[in-house]
Order: sequence, then C-alpha cells, then structure tokens
Amino acid sequence: MTDHDTIFALSSGANPSGVAVIRISGPAAFHAAGFLVENLPRKRAMVLRSIRRRNKDLIDSGLVLVFPGPASFTGEDCLELQVHGSRAVVNAIFAELRELGLRPAEPGEFTQRAFNNGKLDLVEVEGLGDLISAETEMQRRLAIEQSAGGLSRRYHEWATALTRARALIEAELDFADEDDVPGSVSDQVWADVARIAEEIDRQIIATEKAGSVRDAFKVVILGPPNAGKSSFLNALVERDVAIVTEIAGTTRDVIEVDLDLDGFLVRFSDTAGLRETADLVEQEGIRRARKAADQADLVLLLEEIDSSPQQFPEIGPDRPLLRIGTKADKYAPSDNRFDFCLSVTSGEGLDRIRQAIIERARENWSSIASLGAGRLRHVGHLQKASNFLQEALKGTQLDLRAESLRLAADSLGRITGRVDVEDMLDVIFSEFCIGK
Amino acid sequence: MSCNPAIGGLGKGHLVREIDALDGLMGRIADVAGIQFRLLNRKKGPAVRGPRTQADRKLYREAMQAAIAAQANLEVIEGDAFDLQRDGTVITGVVMSDGRILPTQAVVLTTGTFLRGVIHIGSDTVEAGRVGEAPSVGLSATLTSLGLTLGRLKTGTPARLDGRTIDWDAVGRQEADEEPVPFSFMTDLINTPQIACGVTRTVDATHRIIADNITKSAMYSGQITGVGPRYCPSIEDKIVRFGERDGHQIFLEPEGLDDHTVYPNGISTSLPADVQELFIRTIPGLEKVSILQPGYAIEYDHVDPRELTPDLQLKKMPGLFLAGQINGTTGYEEAAAQGLVAGLNAARHAAGLASHMFSRTDSYIGVMVDDLTSRGVTEPYRMFTSRAEYRLSLRADNADIRLTPTGINLGLVGDARRARFDHYVSEMDRGRTILQGVSLTPKEARAHNIRLNEDGQRRRGYDLLSYPDITMSVVSAVWPELRSLAPKVAEALEIEAGYAVYLDRQNADIQAVQRDEDRKIPEEFDFTGISGLSNELRLKLERMKPRNIAQAAKVDGMTPAALALLISLVKKRDISSREMRVS
Repeated sequence: MTDHDTIFALSSGANPSGVAVIRISGPAAFHAAGFLVENLPRKRAMVLRSIRRRNKDLIDSGLVLVFPGPASFTGEDCLELQVHGSRAVVNAIFAELRELGLRPAEPGEFTQRAFNNGKLDLVEVEGLGDLISAETEMQRRLAIEQSAGGLSRRYHEWATALTRARALIEAELDFADEDDVPGSVSDQVWADVARIAEEIDRQIIATEKAGSVRDAFKVVILGPPNAGKSSFLNALVERDVAIVTEIAGTTRDVIEVDLDLDGFLVRFSDTAGLRETADLVEQEGIRRARKAADQADLVLLLEEIDSSPQQFPEIGPDRPLLRIGTKADKYAPSDNRFDFCLSVTSGEGLDRIRQAIIERARENWSSIASLGAGRLRHVGHLQKASNFLQEALKGTQLDLRAESLRLAADSLGRITGRVDVEDMLDVIFSEFCIGK
Repeated sequence: MSCNPAIGGLGKGHLVREIDALDGLMGRIADVAGIQFRLLNRKKGPAVRGPRTQADRKLYREAMQAAIAAQANLEVIEGDAFDLQRDGTVITGVVMSDGRILPTQAVVLTTGTFLRGVIHIGSDTVEAGRVGEAPSVGLSATLTSLGLTLGRLKTGTPARLDGRTIDWDAVGRQEADEEPVPFSFMTDLINTPQIACGVTRTVDATHRIIADNITKSAMYSGQITGVGPRYCPSIEDKIVRFGERDGHQIFLEPEGLDDHTVYPNGISTSLPADVQELFIRTIPGLEKVSILQPGYAIEYDHVDPRELTPDLQLKKMPGLFLAGQINGTTGYEEAAAQGLVAGLNAARHAAGLASHMFSRTDSYIGVMVDDLTSRGVTEPYRMFTSRAEYRLSLRADNADIRLTPTGINLGLVGDARRARFDHYVSEMDRGRTILQGVSLTPKEARAHNIRLNEDGQRRRGYDLLSYPDITMSVVSAVWPELRSLAPKVAEALEIEAGYAVYLDRQNADIQAVQRDEDRKIPEEFDFTGISGLSNELRLKLERMKPRNIAQAAKVDGMTPAALALLISLVKKRDISSREMRVS
C-alpha cells in the first residue's frame, strides 16, 4: 500500500440514501475523472456534470467537487462526486474507476494520507476517525468536540497550570539563595497540583464512560426465567430477535440488539434467566448475564408482577436499575416495588419504559458531554500523569517531588506537546525578582 | 575574576564537581581560596544540593597561577592574540599583535567580554574588555571574516565599595557553614579561614533616586543594544519591573581576607557615577561608604554557538575551538567547563584523535554543550539544575563515579586522583556488597527501633536506605560491619540507595533518548516543505536543522504529533529514496 496509488471510497453512509459521496484521492484522480466527467475544472470548484461510462453511456448526473493538492483534505489531488444514493449508480462508478486503475481505499486510508501529508495532527486524526464512524448524532457531537479542539483546550489548561506549579518548585530549587523566592512558595503549589490531579481523574472517568457513547449505551435485561425478558426485547425492536417460549431457560446466551432511540445508540442485551440450575449451558448463560450486568450503563430487572420478591446478588448495588413488573395484562398491580408495569400483549407501559431509557441515556451523555471524550491513548497518558501527580503530592523530598512533577508534565506533554525548560524559566523570571 | 569572586552555586556547583572529576583545577583552587563555604539546598535532596563559596580574589589568582606553572609540558606565552593564520579552512597559527606567529594545528579562543567590548557608565562609553583593559578588536574582525554569525550580549557589575567605610554593625550577617564541604574529591579539609557577609536592603529613597534618574542609565537611554540576562538584572531593571517590592536584598561580599574591597551583590548598574553614589548612600549601613570603582554595564560580541559541533569546534573552521562567553554563556563555572571540553578536544584534534563528546545523559557539561550547540542563546546562558532532565542521576555527589573513569580513559586524570579514585570505588563496592547481602524482617527491624510495614517481607540493608527516615547510621547500628566505611563512602551509598528506584525509571528514559539519537534525519532534509506544521515550528526546525529525532524533539513547541509527522516523513523519504535507487 503506497501513497502513489489513487484510491476511491464511498464517503457517505450505506445506500440506498439521498445522496452518495464518492471520494477520489491521489496523483491520477483528475486524469481518471476526466474520462467520466467532461470538462472537468482543474481548480477548486463545484460544478454540476453528467457522469458517464467511458463508452459515453450516462450513469447519473451530480455535483463534482475539485480540490487540487496540496490544499485538499489528504494533501493530494482530490475529487468528490456527489451522486444519487443508489447502489446501482455507485457500483457503476466504482467499476469504471477500477477499470481506470484506481483501487478502493483501505479503511482509514484517506485519513492516513492526510496525516502523512501533514494535514492533521494526531488528536485530530483520532477525532476524525470517530466522526467518520459516528453512528448516531450523539457520537457525532462527541467526535466534533474532540476534532475542534475542545479537548485540546482542556489538556493545554492543565499543561499551563502544571508548568506554573513546576516553575514555582524549580524556583525554590534553583534560586534558593534568592531573597525574592520565599521558601514556602511550594505550599500554594501543592493545592494547585491536587486540583489538577483531581480534574485529570475526572477526565479519565469521563473518558471511560464516553466509551458507552461511542460503543452505545448499554442496557442489560435481567430477571428470573420466564419473566418475559425476551418478549420485552422483541416488543421494543418490533421484530423477533429472541426466541420466546413458555419453557423457562430458553435464552441461553446473551442476545444483543442495537437500537437508535432518539439519536442515542442503545445496545440491549437479553440474558439468561437467573436461577439455580444444574444445566451446564444454562449456568454458563447465567455467568454471562452476570458479566453483562457488570458492564451495564442501565439494568432493567424484569419480574412477573405476582412473583414473590427475590434478591438478585448479580446486580451490583451501584448499578443504575429500573424494576419492571411484567405481564400487567394478567395481574392487577399488587405492590409498588416496580418502577413500571408492562404488558407486551397490550403494549401497556412500553412507551414509558422507552422514554425512561432515553432519559437515562441523555443523562449519561450530558454528564460526559461537558468533559468531552478522549481516546484510550489519552487515558493511558492521563493515568500516568495522575499517578505521578499523586506521587508528587505524597513525596517528602523536594527534588523527588519535582521529578514526579516533571514526569507528570512529560506524560501530559505526550498529548499536548512538550513543555520546555525555557517555558518554566519564563514563569520564574516573570514572577520573581531573581538576581543578586 | 572580574565579576564577584564566587565559585559554585546551584547548577554551577555541579559543573565545578564535574570539572574536578575530570581532574580540572577549579574545584581544588576554590577549596584553597574559598572564604565562605555554603552548601545550598541542604534539605531539599542531594540531587539539587549546590556547593558554593566566595573566593579570596588574591588567593585564587595565586593558587591558580601556581598550579598552571606546575603543570608539566605546558608553556605559558603572554601576549595579545590579534589574528589567526589560516591555510584555506585549516588553522596553521596564531598571529600576535607584536608580530610573533605561534604555529599550531588547534586553537582555543576564550575571549570573555573582550570581543569589541564596550563599557557603559551612564552616558560615558569606553571601549574595553573590563575596567582598565583594552578590548580585542582584531579577533572580532577575524571571526567576521570567517562568515560566522555574531550576536551581542550585555552584562553588568555593581560599584566596588571600601569595606572600611561600611557600618558593619548596621547590617545583617550571613555566616559560612560550620563544616565547609569542599568541592574537590582531592580535598579532605578546608583550612582557609571563613568569613561572614553583610546583608542589607534597598529602601524607598533608593528606589526613588533610581526611578528619577532612570533615563540616565545606559540601559534605559537606548544606548545599549545587547541582551542582558534575566536572572542577573541591574538594579534599574529590578526597580522598573518589580518596584513595588519592599526593598531588594544586597549581600556585601568581602573580596578577600586582607582586601578592603567589598562587592555589593545585587545592585549592578549602568547609572552615572554620581547617581550611583547617591543611591548607594541611601542604603542602611552604606550611608558613608566610599566607592572605589563605579559599576558598569558591558556589551560584547559572541559567536552563535550553533556554529559549533558538540566538541566546541567551529563547523566552518576545524581546529578552531571556542569556549566561555564567546559562546554566549556567563559565569566562571560555565566557562571553565567549556574550557575543559574545548581544550580536551583541541589536544585530541592536534593528535589526530576523534573528539570526545559529553552527553546530556552523563553530565551537566553535556547538557550545557547540547543546549548551546543545538538551541543557541537568547540571553547569556547560565546553568540551572532544571536544565538537566536527568537531574536525579547527575548529582554533585556522584560526579566522580560518573566522570572520572572517562577522564582516565581520555588521559586527563593524574596518578594521585586515580589511586584515590580506585580506592574509593573499591570501598563503595565493598559497602554495597555488605548492604545488599544483609537483610531483616519487620519484626527484627522493630527490635532496632526501625518501623516497617508488618508484611513479613525481608528487606535488604540497601533497600532500607531508600526509606526517607532510614539513614546509614541507623543501618550501621543493625550491621556494625558497615561502620568501617569512610564517612564519604557511607554518605555516597546512602544517597545512591535512596535514588535507586527513581534511577531505574530514569534509565529507561535515557535509553529512549539514545534510541531517538539514533534515528537520523538526512542533512539535506527540507523542513520548510512540511505542511501540517506551524510556520513557526518549520522555521525553528529549518534554523536548527536537527540531525536526529532526539534533537528535533527538543525544538520549542514540538508536539508528539509534529514529531510523529516528522518521523513518518523521514521514514517515507527513506523508503522512496530506496525505491528510486532500486528502479
């Protein structure tokens, strides 16, 4: 795979759709497109053109956007065809491009080229990667925040605060004999360091949480056998994804279904009913149910309204939980241990439950939207930075504490860029009157 | 010594220790001439301790000259070097202003502040290298003719006072340490009498006079163009920038045991002499002082140190080495350390041997040379411990262990030091072996009043020393065989063991740097053509022309993303040039 190839790909989502966007990038982009589009502009422009096979048969008409390199997304000559989003049109154009010696892009190859040609920095590349794979509106919003530098701004604020803290400590080390540097400057510093550490920790948690937005908000359906878990799932999805029988223990494995609820990608997991059983397969199913519950953003506990109350040690005490009484068409509501009552037969309660799930997904989103989401790469560095800051806070010997701060700054610098000793000296000389 | 006669300090003390470890003279002479030894940062950790002393100017000069005279195979020729004799780009000799020519293959230029030096006192200017001495004008022309980039820097000095006219009872005192710690590995005891310094402060009246006369200062009248150091500002700068402070501290430092001259550290100035007298006499204790010599600012030329390779040799004129203020540095210690690097490599050059380069990972000397040659200077360069990223390993206490073996290999180290060093190393080994061979359980430790985590784990003596409150004397109480170690060895082991954990981590860093040093960037690589980097960063890269990724990583404003880009471009370029060769 080299950058000398000219590549193409469908940049829009799956067809059929309103508009399909085909991107072409590479040295032969204009040459090849010249066979399909008559009178191709050679400078940055958007024009309406007929797109034809080389034998002049019309394929479609659409917008042609021309971006000569290096001022293009990838830094190479680039071309975009915006055509009608039919599979036939797109397939016909792809076939022509292939005939002309172009090849389909590998996943991420456009971004890779943009990076190679210096069009993006690493953080942007990562944000962009998410933007491209954004499946829902919420994911798109998170991705945009990272791409547009919201995240970078926060990292830079920490880096600046940390530089200042280090400068004050270093002043105490390097200018100990200076009257203007009081021996106690470090006291005020450690409060700042503690605050930075706390914010970073919060970011780490938020980043891990953000995983649920990128990977979907995870809802796990738990309950005793035959409580109607699978029926509930089928009712939500409006099709049969899970086998429903009267036989307890029907669902043996975890069944996952992704739903787009009001713009939130929600992943429902239907699980094996929780009970004591000698069946090895069922035992395994219960073990998996438990594991799914551990990672859930929300647990729905389904029980028949008339059943006797049970304990479910499978559900951790800190898991967000909704209790749902099922088969409401059979029983009159008996007690108020349920948040909702549901009948999949009559449809009673289904909408209210759906709304409640959306509400939880929205809360989850807004708790992290204010923080933005970093990538796993960041979490590693943030975790290191946080550890070094804790080490610095706990230390006793000033040179070692300063070293921990330096390492923390280095870890953060792997995300934001390196902070130079000169930056620290700038702070020192602007804050203190140094010089005997 | 034309500035205040002090040696060492924070960062600078490390340099003196390193010079000493390589058997240079500075530490030994300072031990003879030092009259106020103080170990700075005593409580802040061994890595940042800075030995410092004031020196008796006369004792220092005499001891230094005696040591030079005693050096075998060294002939001292005094005279004014005016020009260099060259054959193309090869050095062939030094031309003296009296017409003598000294033939040679290698020259070290150490011009101090003498290169087109100009002294400013108020509006008066005198061409001089320092008070009463003519500047060097010929060599400036020589360097210009080599096509070197020259810069102009400024430094200053305060008035010199007559100590007999100071009211010493009216000022505070700063005493020397009770047990002076010598610089040199070779010095066992400081015998020179120790003195105290006076301490006083500027007052409101001082500030008023300076503020009222600020336009008469050479620095604020626009007369001076050179850039001065931020960490050594004139009193005018202090008033202008930090005027609101309730006074600025002044140390009254006697220049010698039998010298009346006092150096008032903290009030360097380029105000006219009459204004200097006026403001100095507002200072408590100095009301009746008589001034022996007014303070002044001095401007001088320096060569952009990026013209040098890390052996301090000019790229454009092999065989010509530069050291000291000519490279944009300030301070005796920085100058001496460069003198060592330049002198060592000039000798190797003359003998046809490869240069020896110090690394950031092995010494402050390496840090300084790398900073200078890869980044240049924007103000007179002074050493700080914060410049050394491997500060925990580059300590004053282990300078000998770090560098004396190198010195021995290079032939720098005399027999006496070598013998003493070998003994020291074997004692260190003996002590370490004992410490690593003995161990105890937390329960056993409790019997010795040592509190440990009750985890049943046995801990070695060596590991115990990494606890902040467990010292060598505590450990020696448990294992008396450690008492036979000399105090110096015991202390060194205590420090070494205390840092052991941190050093493992630092060693990993050092290896990463060395790996980056091995990722070469081709000489003809075009940094201006990289899109995706800011213009500023591109220009900085183009100016600095890093030759490997470790150097590129040090460019201001470099981000890991930018570095990743650079690595990928260099790699890509490598691949495409290989492909071109194939096709």
